[in-house]
Amino acid sequence: MIGRVHSIQSLGTVDGPGVRFVVFMQGCPLRCKCCHNPDTWDFSGGTEYTPVEIVEKATRYREYFGTEGGITLSGGEPLMQPEFAYEVFKYCHKVGINTCLDTSGVVLNDKVKKLLTETDRVLLDFKYTDKALYRENTGCEMAAAEEFLAYLKANNIPVTLRQVIIPTVNDDKENIIKLKEIVNAHSNIDKVELLPFRKICQTKYDSMGIVFQFGNLPEPKPEMMTKLNNLL
Amino acid sequence: MKHNNWTGFKEGVWQDEINVRDFIQSNYKEYTGNSDFLAGATKRTDELMTEVQKLFVLERMHGGVLDIDTETVSSLTSYAPGYINKDKELIVGLQTDSPLKRGVNPFGGIRMARQACEAYGFKLSDTVETEFRYRTTHNDGVFRAYTEEMRKARHCHVITGLPDAYGRGRIIGDYRRVALYGIDRLIEEKQKDKKALEENVFDTDNIRLSEEVFKQILFLKKMKEMAAMYGYDISEPAANTKEAIQWTYFAYLAAIKEQNGAAMSLGRVSTFFDIYIERDLTNGTLTEIDAQELIDDFVMKLRLARHLRTPDYNELFGGDPMWITEAVGGMGKDGRTLVTKSSFRILNTLYTLGPSPEPNLTVLWSPALPENFKKFCAKVSADTDSIQYENDDIMRPHHGDDYAIACCVSAMEIGKQMQFFGARCNLAKLLLIAINGGYDTTSGTNIGPQMPVMDTETLNFDEVMERYSVYISWLSNLYVNTMNVIHYMHDKYAYEKSQMALHDTVVERLMAFGIAGLSVVADSLSAIKYAKVHPIKDESGYIVNFETVGEFPKYGNDDDRVDFIARDMAHQVITELRKTPTYRNAVHTLSVLTITSNVMYGKHTGATPDGRKASAPFAPGANPMHNREENGALASLNSVAKIRYEDCRDGISNTFSITPEALGKTEEERIDNLVTILDGYFTKKAHHINVNVLNRETLIDAYENPENYPNLTIRVSGYAVNFNKLSREQQREVISRTFHESV
Repeated sequence: MIGRVHSIQSLGTVDGPGVRFVVFMQGCPLRCKCCHNPDTWDFSGGTEYTPVEIVEKATRYREYFGTEGGITLSGGEPLMQPEFAYEVFKYCHKVGINTCLDTSGVVLNDKVKKLLTETDRVLLDFKYTDKALYRENTGCEMAAAEEFLAYLKANNIPVTLRQVIIPTVNDDKENIIKLKEIVNAHSNIDKVELLPFRKICQTKYDSMGIVFQFGNLPEPKPEMMTKLNNLL
Repeated sequence: MKHNNWTGFKEGVWQDEINVRDFIQSNYKEYTGNSDFLAGATKRTDELMTEVQKLFVLERMHGGVLDIDTETVSSLTSYAPGYINKDKELIVGLQTDSPLKRGVNPFGGIRMARQACEAYGFKLSDTVETEFRYRTTHNDGVFRAYTEEMRKARHCHVITGLPDAYGRGRIIGDYRRVALYGIDRLIEEKQKDKKALEENVFDTDNIRLSEEVFKQILFLKKMKEMAAMYGYDISEPAANTKEAIQWTYFAYLAAIKEQNGAAMSLGRVSTFFDIYIERDLTNGTLTEIDAQELIDDFVMKLRLARHLRTPDYNELFGGDPMWITEAVGGMGKDGRTLVTKSSFRILNTLYTLGPSPEPNLTVLWSPALPENFKKFCAKVSADTDSIQYENDDIMRPHHGDDYAIACCVSAMEIGKQMQFFGARCNLAKLLLIAINGGYDTTSGTNIGPQMPVMDTETLNFDEVMERYSVYISWLSNLYVNTMNVIHYMHDKYAYEKSQMALHDTVVERLMAFGIAGLSVVADSLSAIKYAKVHPIKDESGYIVNFETVGEFPKYGNDDDRVDFIARDMAHQVITELRKTPTYRNAVHTLSVLTITSNVMYGKHTGATPDGRKASAPFAPGANPMHNREENGALASLNSVAKIRYEDCRDGISNTFSITPEALGKTEEERIDNLVTILDGYFTKKAHHINVNVLNRETLIDAYENPENYPNLTIRVSGYAVNFNKLSREQQREVISRTFHESV
């Protein structure tokens, strides 16, 4: 089996608990206007790896994982390569490495469900709490993410709920209140992370010759992030 | 043997022989708690530190050197007592009669002393000039014996930074002995040792050692005189904490008055002091505030230590360092940790007195250290960028549990091992010399075995390696012989009397060789092996550049194909060095450490097959070349961890810069993550790491607006510097290094 991988980051400290080996999968069906990694969109790009190759690489870092850390599959959208992701996680568990899935929850089919049986934690990037905003700014439906989250709850899979905060788009109080409602309705969500929108990816867009659609929006001020975090 | 001042200590063999380790092991109290007990700075400390800060500002205003006593040759008793503010000081003693006034020390070489004075607008006095007209210096001796080839190697910078015109340093006296035993007992023991030597055959070794012990005794007596000038009698053991710190400091002060060695390291004093502190806390004569205050005052003194250097010297060792290295923490052979409350107290000085490059606080790390201590260290790193970490678990088997670090990464058992320091050779330049058949294009010198220039359109890996090996073998032999000359002469003309008086009479000697440019060589050889490297010749037919076509694995990405080239190169060099016998049967050791000389080494090295341009800096120490790491921080750490400590017993230096954001989202996360990273790195058997937690932007701003950053401290290569004290070129190089960022 072969997976398409955009890149590997040996030290990840922001995508899941502890120190993590992060694999960015290639290919994503969403077209988020705030996307940080437009170079992971194209399904045909990336480098090919077998699951064993990935896990062997990850194993070289297990001394750094401590009690919390492990591997995170991110992207791109790892759910688009569910069989590969499943094999990676299964093998990780065999050698005792904690597994984390960083996803938008865009699809839930049998292959994804199988993948979730080997997933220790999901970092669910719940893009927007408003259906129209979701559709407008990602090109996909919020219902998919809701369905995905409901499934995680039913199967009691721990979730870190995340959202990128973009000034003028979703930095309003109402959005945070809605997020909080989602958290309250799902006992499996044990952590919420508001991530400040960042624009250092502008150079990626420039070099790819495509438009960074939110490139004109400002980054949120730290005070704003504190304020929103306090609402949670 | 008993002494009143030892009342309350557990008895042991330490009473009957000079054995500080046994004293520590019998008496120290390990501490596994957190940092909550620590006291802050007192009003007195703050006031005195403010005066010291003013002196630092003045020093900077005067171009880096505040004042020089050009009339006096530095020695233990040649200056009147000096003070910052006599009424406020708890621990006393300065190198000269005034703070930050530098003494001249021409024993290494008169020319160096003269040039150093002139560089800062002073003139060495006629008195000193005349005195040294009739005296052979270390430098005179060395140049009398140097061969033409040694001079050439030095001239073309294939071996540089050699201690042939300045003090070799890297020797750590067991300064604690003065506190524990008092000078009289130490003299008595040395007299016994000298008497014992009379039984031996009087061959060269025995005659030399007899004379050395004679000098040691003389200087123990001078130490006593020096202390007496400050109103202290150090004949007897220290009776309390204050005396223990003061006695120890006097011993260290004697060393830095006598010697201007490159690195004048302190040893491992904090857990030793802790025993006195615990005794005084128990008998009610000391409080926690007092204890911190005494340590603060001691550290303040250390921060004032200076040596007079030339601008050339600063190019090698930027930032005016002394390497007053203090080893903190570590584990004992019996499994107990050597962490005590005073391990916390000495790190706490980075808060009570503010961040600082000196003393060079070095944590001896083991995953087995108490978790609370590990977290405190990580916090101090994130807050101050002032400490470094070394792997206790790989050093302890070689050096026991009472070793310390000289300079940056050189381990030695305190009072039992000493080192002959040997700077480093330039492996990248040597590769170019080999390819050019014994010609150095940057200096235009023929050197080493003479062969034809390699004449192929594409360099062949096996051919290059075969030839390179011939040159490595040639240079190794030359390097050992050069070092033998230097250290023979240093012993003869600039012997470290005070420091060696605080060693056992019979010591083990280590001869420390070094390599620069390891990552350049690894990547260059990788390029030759995995890509196509076409040499480009100049009109004289020498190869001066390369066209490299195609991809090749680069050191720093946890790719064994190239990492093993680096690992094997270190192994090959030490293996070759071991083939030539050393002066005084010293053990050959090797370091991968550059200090800031990576800039200077690069400057004197032509373009290399890895794509590095002519004159561009090397990466420091064992670091991967800047910005060639593509898989993140841990991959880079894994590459460095592959270089074996068994090959590089003098240390493998790695400097690591990471942005706070890349380490975690909250302070708590950052601390926990740094702890697990250090645990992981050292479990991988890596040797050393400097940790900087900062943003590149901060350094750029400090480069442009130095006045806003008077105390910005960063770790560079085995030591820390005040960023403002680096040359502009060195600053640019530090800014250009890889900063591991969040993704």
